[in-house]
Amino acid sequence: MAQPTSPPAEPAVADEAAPGRTDGSDAAGLGRLRAALFVTPALLIIGVFLVFPALWTLYLGVTDYRLTGIAAARPSFVGFANYVRALTDPLFHNALWLTLLFVFGSAIIGQTVLGFGLAWTLRSAPRWVRGTVESLVLLAWILPGVVVAFLWIALLDSDRGTLNALLGTAGHAWLVDNPMTVLIVFNTWRGTAFSMMLFAAALAALPPSQLETARLAGASGWQTVRDVVLPHLRRHLLTNTLLISLWTFNDFTPYLITAGNPDHRSEVLPVYIYLTAIPGGQLGFGSAISLLMLVINLALAFFYLRLLRERRS
Amino acid sequence: MMPPVFTPAAFVRRIGFYVLVGLVAAFFAIPLLWLLTAPFDTTPAYGVQVPDFTLGNFRTLLANEQAMISLGESVILALGSMAVTVGGAALAAYALSRVAVPGRGALLYLLLLLSSVVTGTTAMVPIFLLMFEAGLIDSRAGVVLVMTGGLLPAAIFILKDFMDATPRSYEESARVFGARPLQILWHVVVPITRPGLATIAVWATVQVWGNFLVPFILFTDPAKQPAAVIMHTFYTEGGQPKLALISAFSLLYSAPVVAMYVFVSRRYGFRFHGGIKR
Amino acid sequence: MRHRLRSPLTGMFALAALVLPLAAGCGGGGAGPGLDPNRNADATDVTLRIAANAVAGGKNATGAQWINEYVIPTFTQRMKAKGVNVKVTFEGAGVEDEQYKTKRALDLKTRSGADLMNLDGIWTGEFAQAGYLLPLEQVVGEKANSWDGWSQIPGPIQGNSSFNGKRYGLPWGTDGRVIFYNKELFTKAGLPATWQPKSWDDILAAVRELKKLPGVTPVQLNAGTAMGEATTMQGVLPMLAGTGRDVYANGKWMGASPQLNEVLGLYKTIFDEGLGDKEVQLQAKGRDKSFAEFAEDKVGILFEGDYFWRSVINPDEGIAPMEDRDATVGYALIPAARPGSGVRGQDHVSYSGGATWMINPNTEYPQQAWELLTFMGSAEAVRKANELTSIGITQRTDVNEQVLADDPLLKMISEQVLPITSTRPSLAAYTEVSVALQQATADIVSGRSPQQAAQTYKASVERAAGGAANVSTG
Repeated sequence: MAQPTSPPAEPAVADEAAPGRTDGSDAAGLGRLRAALFVTPALLIIGVFLVFPALWTLYLGVTDYRLTGIAAARPSFVGFANYVRALTDPLFHNALWLTLLFVFGSAIIGQTVLGFGLAWTLRSAPRWVRGTVESLVLLAWILPGVVVAFLWIALLDSDRGTLNALLGTAGHAWLVDNPMTVLIVFNTWRGTAFSMMLFAAALAALPPSQLETARLAGASGWQTVRDVVLPHLRRHLLTNTLLISLWTFNDFTPYLITAGNPDHRSEVLPVYIYLTAIPGGQLGFGSAISLLMLVINLALAFFYLRLLRERRS
Repeated sequence: MMPPVFTPAAFVRRIGFYVLVGLVAAFFAIPLLWLLTAPFDTTPAYGVQVPDFTLGNFRTLLANEQAMISLGESVILALGSMAVTVGGAALAAYALSRVAVPGRGALLYLLLLLSSVVTGTTAMVPIFLLMFEAGLIDSRAGVVLVMTGGLLPAAIFILKDFMDATPRSYEESARVFGARPLQILWHVVVPITRPGLATIAVWATVQVWGNFLVPFILFTDPAKQPAAVIMHTFYTEGGQPKLALISAFSLLYSAPVVAMYVFVSRRYGFRFHGGIKR
Repeated sequence: MRHRLRSPLTGMFALAALVLPLAAGCGGGGAGPGLDPNRNADATDVTLRIAANAVAGGKNATGAQWINEYVIPTFTQRMKAKGVNVKVTFEGAGVEDEQYKTKRALDLKTRSGADLMNLDGIWTGEFAQAGYLLPLEQVVGEKANSWDGWSQIPGPIQGNSSFNGKRYGLPWGTDGRVIFYNKELFTKAGLPATWQPKSWDDILAAVRELKKLPGVTPVQLNAGTAMGEATTMQGVLPMLAGTGRDVYANGKWMGASPQLNEVLGLYKTIFDEGLGDKEVQLQAKGRDKSFAEFAEDKVGILFEGDYFWRSVINPDEGIAPMEDRDATVGYALIPAARPGSGVRGQDHVSYSGGATWMINPNTEYPQQAWELLTFMGSAEAVRKANELTSIGITQRTDVNEQVLADDPLLKMISEQVLPITSTRPSLAAYTEVSVALQQATADIVSGRSPQQAAQTYKASVERAAGGAANVSTG
């Protein structure tokens, strides 16, 4: 398998006729020129409709821009003032900490572990069991966010909620007493499907002979996973972690469930940005935080890369 | 995992397995119950209760022309964005997988990061002004392009992993028989990666299906607004939800994506494996 | 394929060239001041668009119905009689107010959008400051001031659509905040079924009696950020008014004043003594919950606007209907902290809001838009709107006198509350100040002292107002 960040090292399948087609994996004889053409439509759309507005947004971060009022008519350049304000704002620290908890708890622990666990156990389960469980997990993933938010509010309602009825904890206000725990469990429920599918695919591509060997050698389930399966899954683990961390980091659904309540105790960064930028009207400040989020995500990505690289050696 | 012979230990393990699977299934199923009861209740509340059965909520919705149209609009936007995303991402991912470009991984990740900026709330003003200058306000194509722009980086990122994992030998043989690269992509690579493409297709559809902000900002004609926007209309002037209509519309609004998932998973196999033999 | 590549590329560069100047300035936009009010005044084919946060089958459905089924056909017909072909279209929406506001602001920023827009009166100032809106007299000319309808609209209500003493739009409906109470619970607690408190102490005395009833929340005084503006409008501001204080006066925002301390002290008493339900204040859906509980006879006293009466506990179309509303639910004026301690030396206080119809300064047909606007504001059209909708109290005195006779609460508000009511400052900083006030009450609910809460409030207000110089010291 090729590494995601570096060209594969296997010897080139040479095609002397066309210079530029000497890359090792270019089995179809694509060539650089045609490859560039293949990439062009996507890059054009990305360039115009993504990179351009994204850079513009980041530019707003150094202004005091607002949607209405005097600052809407004449925004002024404020340099790093928005960043200074964010970095000294206790509410920003609070939001950042909660977001890291959210990502670590629901994406890295919740979705990855449960997703892998499901992919691994369901591998050999009877067809109907596998079909049922997978469909339920996927249903949680494909339903629209607004709908899902209502489902969870109904689940957790303190008076009539299903959860209190099941646990016999009538009157317990989950959304007030345990808002972050609720959000972490919620997001695990919401997003496990992606990890499950990714790992199911990876496990299916695992050479069966190796598993057989491990079984014959008397390895326990856990030993097999650790020594045989995980080393094969490293790249999938990286892809999975990068994507779901980023998605969870930027997930706005918590707003629909708790809106940051009570008293900022579930105010993750996207909610914090929304509250300052839209009801609060401070678009410049909100944009500055978008850049801070980007930088934090970048740092996380480096951290994951490093972690997996070290393990490899 | 489970040996075919029933020893007592294996029996206990099997029971344990089913209890565990049952719990996980319950965890995923229980929150969904409200969607099965509330829409059929005359006075639904936050909580699952045996409904005071009625189809009145659906009758009210069926009479609401705009709500029904919005479902069709959602289909147009979702399928449009899905097609452009899958097409663009497949071409790009294939090229990036087969031809080495220095730093392509880093570049892709950077684009992925920028896509998170654009899907945030603060990017709305730049996006609106951009689309206004481009004359793409009130244009379905405009919404599709903005949505696609946000989805493409992740789609390429995921698909590239797939393309990397497909064996090169088929492509080589196809080439020996004189197939052009586009033909090879279409006749060889696409069939092998079909479950992956299908997964990306469902993912893209779901993202567009649930998106409120982009269509809301970019459409002025209310008749073009998709279901995600219409969902927000079932509130009172004071912002209190009308649960009867919201729950019923939730069901109508969810049904198409569920149907699509069922269709895709039957037809193409909704997972990454399958087809890859080595 | 290579050939085809060029056109989207050049397209992209052209686009970038177009947009970059906008990006660099990122401001601009807004209304051009030099437009002639009489442009296209003689046009015989006219198109006009109306935008409102109302939609058939959804939010404010009856408002949408009024426009679609009454305003548009009637106006079109009348213009036709004058030999003008008018095509009026309605752009309805049904979203959160903040999102609706964002969209209107974006329209106006790009000098596009509907010709008539329904906005919240509270946005007038910030839209005007941004250059999005102009005074009516600039948009349509002097005739804007000589319309005969103005004489029917009370001054405070006109103020809600004005900024710096100039009219920006036609006020549309208003409301007032009062105390609602449950007569059955009052009787059970040995309190009189007809009740008008004269001070905060009267309220607290009643509430302490209600606390003796099992399973009853004695009082719902909105607190915390989860309730949003409902905390400010139904809670903090009327209480502040009861201490004689406005949140904005003489060009300055209120700082950590003794009056704020007094209000926060009231909150502290209520939540420390368990007279209010802390959890309800903190939940995202807490307001819905408090409504549902009131409808189930579980709340003794609740501070709300007439919206609560018309759309929440209304037995016919409410979201938490009370079959016996008229018999069970009583209402009273909100008393000042002590008799005579309210703003302007009043014994009772209230706060009011209201919407407004604005003319887009960039309209192609200002005169025809004005004609449509005055038609919509005519007694006949307002009466029609009131027949269809439960907009409640209209902006027109003549209409109110006719249509509110049947509804004792609305009649009471229009006759007794509107003369003593206050309105919020319509400045951009208000939203942040409002959030700061909500936060102060949230701090009390979470157990902080009024002094601590007031200090946090002060810091937020100074930031929102753009410096301590714009905030009062006392």
